[in-house]
Amino acid sequence: MTCVDLSTPLGDEVLWLRAGDRVTLSGMVYTARDEAHLRMQEQGIPFEPYGAAVYHCGPIIEGDRVVAAGPTTSARMNSLSDFLIRRGVRALIGKGGMSRHVAEQLRGKGVYLAFTGGCAALAASRMQLRGVYFEDLGMAEAVWEISLDHLPLVVGIDARGGDIFDDVRRDARRRFVEMFRRKQ
Amino acid sequence: MMVLQADSTVFDAIARYTCLALREAEICLPGDVLSRIEAAAASETNPVARGELGNILANVARARELSVPICQDTGVPVIYLTIPPSLPFTRQVYDAVRAGVREATSTIPLRPNVVTPLDRNNSGDNTGEGMPAIHARPGDRLTITVLPKGAGAENVSRVKMLLPSERGRIAEFVVETMCIAEGRPCPPVVLGVGIGGTFDGAAALAKEALLLPVDCMDPFEQEICDAVNALGIGPMGLGGGTTALAVKVKTADCHTASLPVAVNVQCWACRRATVEVPL
Repeated sequence: MTCVDLSTPLGDEVLWLRAGDRVTLSGMVYTARDEAHLRMQEQGIPFEPYGAAVYHCGPIIEGDRVVAAGPTTSARMNSLSDFLIRRGVRALIGKGGMSRHVAEQLRGKGVYLAFTGGCAALAASRMQLRGVYFEDLGMAEAVWEISLDHLPLVVGIDARGGDIFDDVRRDARRRFVEMFRRKQ
Repeated sequence: MMVLQADSTVFDAIARYTCLALREAEICLPGDVLSRIEAAAASETNPVARGELGNILANVARARELSVPICQDTGVPVIYLTIPPSLPFTRQVYDAVRAGVREATSTIPLRPNVVTPLDRNNSGDNTGEGMPAIHARPGDRLTITVLPKGAGAENVSRVKMLLPSERGRIAEFVVETMCIAEGRPCPPVVLGVGIGGTFDGAAALAKEALLLPVDCMDPFEQEICDAVNALGIGPMGLGGGTTALAVKVKTADCHTASLPVAVNVQCWACRRATVEVPL
């Protein structure tokens, strides 16, 4: 079982990761949900995108402290992520996986990393707040610049099109049909 | 029988204890749920799944240590009351519970999740028309049970009106519900299953089933739970043998021509707490 310690800025090392690998990520991440993606498409990316990691997360921030910062459902960003990948973002982080379309966009360029849903307190304990962009979008939708210390993640989609969520989905459907076919 | 004076002291106590119950539920995962996750982590052979369950256990410990909510989706407040004969069951009881929810939202703090359904206007305090959802029944003592319900798992819950001849397909409907849900409800889940009653009653039973302890299952519940786990969806939909921590069933009698079945899906953060209000 591979367990790689990654740090930003990310480079070609992400291309060697495989769906199902466990990794940790240190360095800088930028939170972004639906509204932040739309704003960045209109006004540009406020951070250096080359080698960056974007975290699908609407954190609870109190003063200069990250209180809770679990992942949100990444699928909402399926149609909003292409421009980030084309500008050099190497990792998208969230929960639940992304579409085949995004998997194709990531091919040869970057990876999708899954963080455990609901683990808001664990995430916050590995984070330090560094800055904020688009604060007018509100706490949940702003782009927060956060320094990470070894956040434990799983490679959900790799840079060769491997997709652990898709594999699990297809297996589950096959098993369901096998289990109940006799009764249909 | 002594009937309590309906003075403000009683209602203040109801508000205070509602807030206490919410604090307990949001920050501390119930012991029976924690034990099931620990047992799953010990028996899981898939390394990715083991890692996810390890993260969940670490998160539960951090939340307790820091006195912060387990998850940032602190849910909508679903509340069950038992009302003793000595307490007049009036609108003021509802108002007191609502005051407790507002207090909990500002002091714990909770994420304000309650909005109007069409305009999506947020009340900012987790109350509104029909919120909190309050269910009351007679009892010997005044108790308040809270079940904060997050959206990810609620959104994949289902009700189906089966035919009476389809009794043998109840398990299939429950397993199909998880097959469709995949990783979206943040598995490993607890599945509350309501069988019988009416269309709406089955859904209410399914939710009440989530209040039952998860450390024991009858053979029917165990059979469904094993079938759900055989899907291999695993924690967070990343694969593994732990898709459901437990399946809990509640039943009610129904029309001879009906068989309502409801599945209320609950994420691993099966948050609930009960307090008794001293009178």
